[in-house]
This record gives sequence, C-alpha cells and structure tokens, in this order.
Amino acid sequence: MSNWKQVATLEDIPSLGSRVIKSAQGDIALFRTAENEVFALLDKCPHKGGHLSQGIVFGKKVACPMHNWHIQLEDGNAVAPDVGCARNFPVKLEGGAVYIELT
Amino acid sequence: MQKMKLVMVGNGMAGVRTLEELIKLEPDLYDITVFGSEPYPNYNRIMLSPVLAGEQGIQDIILNDLDWYKENNITLHLNKKVVKIDRKNKIVYAEDGTEAEYDRLLLATGSNPFMLPIPGNDLKGVIGYRDIQDTNAMIEAAAKYKHAVVIGGGLLGLEAANGLALRGMDVTVVHIMPWLMERQLDQSSARMLQKSLEDKGLKFLLEKQTQELAGDADGRVKAIRFKDGTEIPADLLVMAVGIRPNTALAESAGIHCNRGIVVNDTMQTYDPSIYAVGECVSHRGTAYGLVAPLFDMAKVCANHLARMGIARYQGSVTSTKLKVTGIDLFSAGDFSGGDATDEILMHDAAGGVYKKLVLKDDKLVGAVMYGDTKDGAWYFQLIRDGKNVADIRDHLMFGQSHLGNSGHQGQDLAAAMPDTMEVCGCNGVCKGTIVKSIKEKGLFTLEDVRKHTKASASCGSCTGLVEQILASTLGGAYAPQATTVKPMCGCTEHTHEEVRRTIRMEKLLSIPQAMKFLNWSTPNGCASCRPALNYYLLCAWPHEVQDDPQSRFINERAHGNIQKDGTFSVVPRMHGGITTPDQLRRIADVADKYKVPTVKVTGGQRIDLFGIKKEDLPSVWADLGMSSGYAYGKALRTVKTCVGSEWCRFGVQDSTQMGIDLEYALDHMWTPHKFKLAVSGCPRNCAEAAIKDVGIIGVESGWEIYVAGNGGIKTEVAQFLVKVKTKQEVMEYTLAFTQLYREEARYLDRTVHYVERVGIDYVKQQVVEDADNRKALYERLLYALKDAKNPWAKDSVNTREFEAITL
Repeated sequence: MSNWKQVATLEDIPSLGSRVIKSAQGDIALFRTAENEVFALLDKCPHKGGHLSQGIVFGKKVACPMHNWHIQLEDGNAVAPDVGCARNFPVKLEGGAVYIELT
Repeated sequence: MQKMKLVMVGNGMAGVRTLEELIKLEPDLYDITVFGSEPYPNYNRIMLSPVLAGEQGIQDIILNDLDWYKENNITLHLNKKVVKIDRKNKIVYAEDGTEAEYDRLLLATGSNPFMLPIPGNDLKGVIGYRDIQDTNAMIEAAAKYKHAVVIGGGLLGLEAANGLALRGMDVTVVHIMPWLMERQLDQSSARMLQKSLEDKGLKFLLEKQTQELAGDADGRVKAIRFKDGTEIPADLLVMAVGIRPNTALAESAGIHCNRGIVVNDTMQTYDPSIYAVGECVSHRGTAYGLVAPLFDMAKVCANHLARMGIARYQGSVTSTKLKVTGIDLFSAGDFSGGDATDEILMHDAAGGVYKKLVLKDDKLVGAVMYGDTKDGAWYFQLIRDGKNVADIRDHLMFGQSHLGNSGHQGQDLAAAMPDTMEVCGCNGVCKGTIVKSIKEKGLFTLEDVRKHTKASASCGSCTGLVEQILASTLGGAYAPQATTVKPMCGCTEHTHEEVRRTIRMEKLLSIPQAMKFLNWSTPNGCASCRPALNYYLLCAWPHEVQDDPQSRFINERAHGNIQKDGTFSVVPRMHGGITTPDQLRRIADVADKYKVPTVKVTGGQRIDLFGIKKEDLPSVWADLGMSSGYAYGKALRTVKTCVGSEWCRFGVQDSTQMGIDLEYALDHMWTPHKFKLAVSGCPRNCAEAAIKDVGIIGVESGWEIYVAGNGGIKTEVAQFLVKVKTKQEVMEYTLAFTQLYREEARYLDRTVHYVERVGIDYVKQQVVEDADNRKALYERLLYALKDAKNPWAKDSVNTREFEAITL
C-alpha cells in the first residue's frame, strides 16, 4: 500500500540546500539540487550519524558536515572508497508540491 | 553517432592510467581495445620487490582486475603481442592474427631490461628483472639454488638482491662503477648504504667488469667470470643494468624513434593519430623509468585523447627512495653539483646520517639524504616548486619542523614506527593499515591515502608522516604534486592563484559566473571549491558580491558551531575579553532558559554555550542581545589580551584597550581560515601573543608586531614584523598585514602557511617598507568592513530553514 504524503513545497527548500522533516521514523533530510530535483534521505550519515541535512549540496551529492563523507542523494550510498548507505525515501514532485513515500 | 576506435598496445601502468584519466574525462568517446603481451591485467610493477621479498603475493598487486575492463567496455586481449601496425589503413595485427582498427593508437609498450651482450647471456637462470614472470623465476630459483649474482648496483639491482637474500640465497652484487646507485647517490651516501646492506648479509664487488657467464652440462648458468680473471659461483644471474625503451614495434612501423618513441609535449608521435606514453617514450631527449612522470604523461595524453587540447607535459623532476626495509634513503633532482651550485652538507658517520642539499641561485635543485629522510618530501616540493629559499637558507638543512606536535606520540620518523603505531590520531589509523592500503589498493598520492584510509584527512598534522610512509612504500614512484600548479580541486584545472586573479581581472561577481568563465567541469562545484570561491568573490568585490549561504559550511550558515549530536554552540563577542555583570547575567539567563547543559570558558577568553538546538538559535541570539563571536568561522575569532598597564604592576602598555580596539576594527571579517590575535602589555607575554596570527607585545617604547604564529596543529612561533610607536601605527600595520593575507592566501591556509609560502621578507616588503602599499591595504580592509553587521541581529540571516517540518 502506498503512503505518499505531501511534506513541503519546492519553495520551502532552498536551492542547493535542505530542510528537515520530523517523522515517526526519525529525522528525514529533504534536499533540493540546482536542477530543482528533490531527494529524501534519513538524516543520518552512515559513518558516524552526522546530520546530512546540514551539509553542502553539490551536483546530486551532499557532503556530511561531520567528516566530509560524500553521500549520493539518489540512493543514499556513500561515494567510494567510503562504504555505507543512508536510507532513502521515494520522492515525487507534483506542481511544486513535494511528496514522500513513508512505509 | 559511431564512436571512434582507440587501440592501446601495452597493458601496463602508464597506459592503463591514461585510459583511467580518459574515462574520467570522456567515458563514451571511444570504443577501446587493449593488447597486453603478459597473461595478467594491469599490475603494480613497483610492488614486484615486496613480492620477491615475500611480503606480498601477485594477487595483491593487481591494480585493475578483469572486471574493471569489463565495466568500462574495454576489449582486452591478454597474451597477445602486437607485431605490426598498418598506418595507412590504421590497423594493428597481433602475433596470432588478431587485428584491430583504430582512429587513435596509443603505444604504451614499456621497456625491456638491457641484457649485457656477453657470452652465456642466453643460459638458463640468466634473467632480467622486469615483470611477474621474472619475479616468479627468482622465487623458484631461490627455493632450489644457493648462489645468486645480481649485475647492477642501481635501485632495481639492490631491491632484487635484498629480496633474494631474504629468500635465503647467498647474494653478490656486481657493479661496474666505483659506488652503488651512482645516478642517485654521491660517494659518501653510497658508502653508508653499502655498509648497511653488508650488515644485512649482501656482498659487493665494485668496479668489476664481467667477461662471460659459464654454464653447466644442462645449459644452466654456474659461474660468472670477470675481466681480471677471477670468478664466483652463480646459480641464478639477474641482470639489472638498465632498461631500454621498447621501440621495436614503433620502429617497424616507421615512427621516428631515438632512444625511445619521440613525442612532443602533447604525447603525440610523428604520426598525429598515434600517441605514446610511459617508459617507451623519449620526451625532450629523456626517457623516464619511474612511475610518477609516467602518470604525469598519462594525464596529458588523456586530455588530448579527450579532445580538450589544453594540457602539456613539460618533463618531470624525479626522486628516488630505496624500498629496502630498514634502510632510509632519499634523493631528488640534480645533486651532483658543479661550478654554478652551492652545497650544504651534514655528515654524521657514527650516527648514520648524511644529508646534502644542492642550491643554485638561491633555489634548491637537488637533495640526497641517508639515515634521516623525514624532510625528503618537503625538499622535493621545494625543488619542484623552484621556490626561492634565500630567507630560509640558514635553517634549510634542519628541515621543515613540518610535523604536528600531537596525535602521533611525538614520532616524526615513519621508518622508526612499528606497524601497530597510530599515525593519525584523529581517525585512529595505524602505520600498518596505511602501508597495506598503499600496496594492495595501488595508492600513489597523498589524496589517494586520505580517501582510502582517512589518515591525515582531518586535521592534517600527520601529513608529513603519511608522506614518508608513501615515499618509503612506493620508492621512486612517490612524487608530491608541485603546489604551484596544483588545481583548486577536482572540479577545475586552475590553481587558487589563477582563480583569484581571474575573479579580479574579469570582475566576476557570482559563483555560477566564475564557474562558467573558468570552465568548471562540474555543474555546481563541490564542498571544497564552493566555500573557497564564495570567499574569493567576497574578498575581491566587497559590497558588490552577494554572499552565498549554500556555499558555506553549516557553521557559517547557522552562525554557531555544529557539535557531534547536531546541536550548536554559541559564543557571544566580548571585545578584548572584557565583559560586564549585565552581559554575564544575560548569558546566565539564556543558559537557564534553554537548559544549556555546558557553559565553558574558551581558550580565547570567551564564554561558550553548548547544546543549543538549531531551531532555538534565533531566539538565543535575541535573548543574549550580544554580537556573534564568530567562534565557528573562517573569520576573526578573538583578540586575547592580558590585563596590561591599567592594573598589572609589570604592564608597560594598555594591552586590554588595544585588544578591544583591534577587535572592534576587525569585527565581522571573513578570512581564508580562522584568524586569531593577542595583545600583551609587556614582554612577559601573558596573552601568548607569540602563537597567534598577529601577536602584539607592548614594550616601554612602543609595540612589537609579530605575525604568522600558530598554536594548533602546527605550533609555530610568530615572526617579527615591525616595531612601532603609536596605537594608530599598530592599527595600520595589523590591518595591512591582515588584508595582505586575505587577498593572497589560499582558502584554508592559516597565516603560518601563507607566510611560509611567500616568505617573511616579502611580507615586510609589502607591509613595512612600502608605505603607500601599506596604506592602500589598510584602506581596502576598512572599505571591506564598512557597515559590516552582526549576523545575529534580527533578520540578517534567513532562519526559515532552521525550522524543522513536522509531519
């Protein structure tokens, strides 16, 4: 059963920035790229739990502010040679509204 | 569109590195076919010595496994030797008839060991030392036979000899010259080396010319005879007397060769559709046999294959480090000296330390070190940068004192460290882990090691140690990049200096504009170049450039210092370390109201409130009613003061007021890295001004100004800049130096790094001797700071994103 939920509008998220969503599953970081794509990851770096939402967004990656691990926004995987994965949530954009699928 | 066809002949390190660089730039431009005459994919040839010495297996030194070729859609022909190039029809043919058409051909045929033309050189048991097959032959021989002779006392010969000795053979090294490694060492250091190797059980016959090799009934080598009539037994004979570029194929195709396939600065041969890289190449009359120059070539060649057409190879300075465990030896550049050069020499025969530096026109051109090579990387860097060393000449010999003071138990000699000892105290990385990664993952640069092991990737204080470990593990393959040409980051080819110059000359006013003008290779940079660009723009064009918060580290966006749990710490400004009961009351009230778990006095004499939630930051600032102390930023941190003449019985100047005035003058200032000042009221220097970016010490007759001190990662005493009489002069000189640093330092360089790079004499010339320039610098900083305001003031930061969205 799908569980899409509107969480924000595109305008709520700064370009090359992020917002944090408080959810029952923990904090979720919502990122917006320069091309206005939106991605959602659990706000927890696979390395030492740093808050990814606070990192610098570039391309389709974010640099964790704790120890500068680079995490891919599309799937939450750390960029090699680092190994690890932050949970990712499906996101869709419909007419400026941002939905994420919570399971 | 149909892809172009790229064929590479030779499957070694230089060639495959070229493909890797090419794939990074243009993954889809070519259909790539590779011919290799060996049965293995690309392996790390410089790690053959550890394999011979039994420290590693073949599988450990494979750099690109078969999957790599598959993943990159490269057609790989192993065990196939290309024997003919039909340049007219652009087809290559292998021995077994396999053929491949090409649009571009890359020759990376490497080199062959030179076999002395003496009778008996075709006997069984006579080999070169070049590839896995040779290495295996040596390992097998060591299991069966006793006497090994190595002809050639160069790097390769000595490593072979050492490996064979470790495998239990009785090894004699025969060398035609009067001392070992004559191309890398002078006589004194070579003697010391020979002595240590003799202590390990190797034997040496110097100035010996070989007459012939004698064989037994089975056609296996049994002895070596010299021209003086003597002979010694030899069941295995390794010839390590040099390499010859493998040009047979190129020559047969009519490509111009002259002790190597002749290429120009774009790695092109005389046939414009044929490129060549690696040991088979002759560039400006030089053929290189070390891996670092080959990688430089690879990068240039890839750039042209990718049709970018901007890179040039202009030759390399090389360095050598012998990979024999327990022996510490380094040489670089031209150390033989001559009439136009000076030498600085240190020789402690009993202590086993020898160092020679060769200078020409106040520049370091060569270095040889034995026994203590910890500064090898630094000297090599100075040679490559061609830096003028006039003002450090008197202490050049004593090295850089480059290593940090903490985090690695005071150890500054990597060779003396056991594998289990921690090198990087930030990330908990031991020496053994680093060595293992270098060998098994095929790492060649400091950046590689940082990425894979994290060693020296945080505070960087163990960088010198990591470089030493790289150098001793890779031998001559390690070459630090010349800092004068080092690109800012992976997103650009340009150096920091080029970027700053262009921003000024072209009046670039935003990050996207700068990236576009400078041909950035990424759409919006990375976490490393964006903050630098943002700073460079703001520094060059104050009041015109709009700050980009998304290109700032979170601390500078949130104006607090992020802690490991994601909360922030907040430090209000207290100019000169002076506070009032009213301020303290407000701080106490805020601490109560927001249940601040920790209130701490900082090293810079300020008060730090820990554990503030991001969403509480705006109201904390409002309740404090104080200005931000920038304890989180690449900015003016604090001006630390002592009590001074107002109260102290020793004080001769009012250091507190001076500190307050300076902190007001420099408030809200962004800098390339954090920036700290201190003012002491007398030479007792209770404010510890000698380890600050600018330290001011009051004396009876005025003020002494010191610059470029550092108290953190790298403790460095500040250097004397000038003595002045009045407070206004202190202000002018301090601000002028500060602006010079702001305008010229690379982002994330502290003043200590900046002044080390440009030299204190240059700084004095700009700030002390040239009064007009000093005034201009001073005025520029005043202009930049005009109307600067407290970021904690209402509405000066967009705090909407501080708020979490609740579902």
